[in-house]
Amino acid sequence: MSELRAQLAEWRAAFEERVPRWWNRALAILLLVVGVIFPFLTGSSSGLLNGAIIAVAYAVMSLGLNVVVGMAGLLDLGYVAFYALGAYSMGWFGSEFFAKLNIHVLVSPVAGQLPGIHLNFVLILIASVVVCAVAGMIIGLPTLRLRGDYIAIVTLAFGEIIGVIAVNGQSVSLGNGMTLTAGNLGISAVDPPYFPISRAFSLLDERPWYWLIFGILLIVLFVNLRIRDSRLGRAWVALREDEVAAVSMGIPLVKTKMLAYAIGAAFGGMAGAFFGAYYTTVNAGQFQFGFSIFILAMVIIGGLGSIWGAVLGGLLLGLINNYLIPDVLNDLPSKFGLHFQLTSVEFGIFGFLLVIVMVLRPQGLLPERRRKLEFTSDLVTTTDTQLAEPSATSGGVI
Amino acid sequence: MVRARDGAARVLAAIRRFAGRWGLIVALAALPVYYGATDLFNGYQAAVVAGHPVIHHDLSKLGFNFAEGLSDGAIWALIAIGYTLVYGIIELINFAHGDVFMIGSFTAVGLWAPLGLGLTTGPLGLAWGLLVTLIVTMLTTGSMNVLIERVAYRPLRNAPKLAPLITAVGFSFILQNIGLLWQGGSAKSVPDLIGAQTTAFTIAGVPILRGYLLSFIVMIPLVFALTWFINRTRAGKAMRATAQDPEAARLMGINTNATISLTFLLGGMLAGAAGLVYALYQTNIWYFQGFKAGLIAFTAAVMGGIGNIRGAVLGGLIIGVIQSLSDSRIGPQWTEAVVFGYLIAIMVLRPRGLLGEETREAG
Repeated sequence: MSELRAQLAEWRAAFEERVPRWWNRALAILLLVVGVIFPFLTGSSSGLLNGAIIAVAYAVMSLGLNVVVGMAGLLDLGYVAFYALGAYSMGWFGSEFFAKLNIHVLVSPVAGQLPGIHLNFVLILIASVVVCAVAGMIIGLPTLRLRGDYIAIVTLAFGEIIGVIAVNGQSVSLGNGMTLTAGNLGISAVDPPYFPISRAFSLLDERPWYWLIFGILLIVLFVNLRIRDSRLGRAWVALREDEVAAVSMGIPLVKTKMLAYAIGAAFGGMAGAFFGAYYTTVNAGQFQFGFSIFILAMVIIGGLGSIWGAVLGGLLLGLINNYLIPDVLNDLPSKFGLHFQLTSVEFGIFGFLLVIVMVLRPQGLLPERRRKLEFTSDLVTTTDTQLAEPSATSGGVI
Repeated sequence: MVRARDGAARVLAAIRRFAGRWGLIVALAALPVYYGATDLFNGYQAAVVAGHPVIHHDLSKLGFNFAEGLSDGAIWALIAIGYTLVYGIIELINFAHGDVFMIGSFTAVGLWAPLGLGLTTGPLGLAWGLLVTLIVTMLTTGSMNVLIERVAYRPLRNAPKLAPLITAVGFSFILQNIGLLWQGGSAKSVPDLIGAQTTAFTIAGVPILRGYLLSFIVMIPLVFALTWFINRTRAGKAMRATAQDPEAARLMGINTNATISLTFLLGGMLAGAAGLVYALYQTNIWYFQGFKAGLIAFTAAVMGGIGNIRGAVLGGLIIGVIQSLSDSRIGPQWTEAVVFGYLIAIMVLRPRGLLGEETREAG
């Protein structure tokens, strides 16, 4: 087995040597083009397009969580909180929910006639980013002194508390007959995004939705890549690898960690706000603990700390969960004479996939370069520097 | 000026020391003390007789909250021990553990019919039948836990810490769906074999129900047996050694893999016992019950100080009481938020938990 792996690694190294410099860039452009023309390859509202829209939004969330867990090494098990806050920002500022108020800013003529707060989609997106960044920092505060799994516990607790507040927000009065959330009934009829130049966002034609979230993904991806290669990105990695050493080299602990929480949360909020508009409802039942784990699984399957891995993980799991299982394979058990639908056990299938991927490839599908070295250094010791650090795999927390 | 700042710093340091030592105790005592005082001074509505509310000024409602909470807590304690054992030995939050408990409930309920246990069974038959159920359930869940460890955690012993966490989550989902296919998607009520809601006796106006007695009758001997096993036997010594330093333990000739398997066996067995008690006491089972129970029990383990068995029991009992107080005074829909609020308070005030030792991680 190990010989086979060594052989494979050798082939891969040989392949990487022969690939020209422009290969990566060409691949990125190709992916971009495929991404943009993708909706023309499907129907204007097919199951595949619907699955793809959700998958792209998951990729945005996965990128956000990757900042916190992958780059900064802070295990966050309550990421659903930012999904919830982003979606509620959409519900609060873009529907008839606060019917006693009448605020309209740059909205479509239809929404302009309705009571409640109606802001333009872009404004709400910014609002959700602000709300989530602040919430991320508040959640981060108590974890500053903690490490490892203890951070996981605190974030988990925050996620659950936000979930409980979302469900029970119906009984929290804001005065004037208005409540905080609509609980399990859901804040309904959230405004579709409105841009004067674009086609109408409707449920019949889902292509604009796709391009919108694809654009958001590109922005988030760009920001992510720039941050990774910046001073801040290096500070996160340094903190992740060795907190004590990083702090003694002069990295400001509080500021760096807080920024990780805030930026990660902000991306989650953007995707959450998009989901609020796309599903046209903000329902407390959406914000379950399982969702945090789902996003975490994307990050880890993609490869912890790897930006392209996070995108791949998000797209892959999103498509499996929203297209492959419900649309393609749903009738599979009945073909074998079993009386259940595949959607009812989707989490089981999904759990099985998680176990398989982790056992066979614990570093993820597209591991970060640094981690790839850690994982393969005991298999192919080609240079002396790798020989000098044989214990790199077992030392790190997380 | 300098002296004033010095004084202020000293006061701040004193406050911090006080919060570190007593903050958690104060936070935990706040709810019962507050509600006890309101019961005494303002009274509470005990019953409605002929349209008129009967107001009592005593502590029996609080006592009832405690009785209910402690017996719920006994179940959480059994599950929490499983978390704490596993975390103590391989530093893994075993997310699948709550679902092992759920499978325990399902196995126990599934055994009743073949064993001929029903509402008409006599007390002696019931006792024997339940004892057999308990043993079979414990063996089932214990071996299942060992199997999960073998398949999903052992191959990842040298992988990053997050990898086994994810496989644990994966197994949690798999077990949940096994439960879903086995007993259906909605909560299912099971025969109330022991009359769990019947009052066994009354102490100082507080009715003690049979279900409460049951959870203690099962929990206390098991905890004592476990403590004895870990402190007095050779295998227990191996467990403690492995928890302290797996590498050194291995060098001393301890079979660490077998020891870790043993730990999972013990944890799974206790979860199975908890599953049986839960089914008898709550008289309904649901494929999703393990998820919430798992989170609560994990909170309990952290509260007591993770890696510490007495801590897990204490944490379980305390969480049970908090839940019961919150259920009856604040409203059951907020209970989860209250419990997790306490969890955050613990993490801020005393990360090592009530009985835990200071570690590098929890510093």
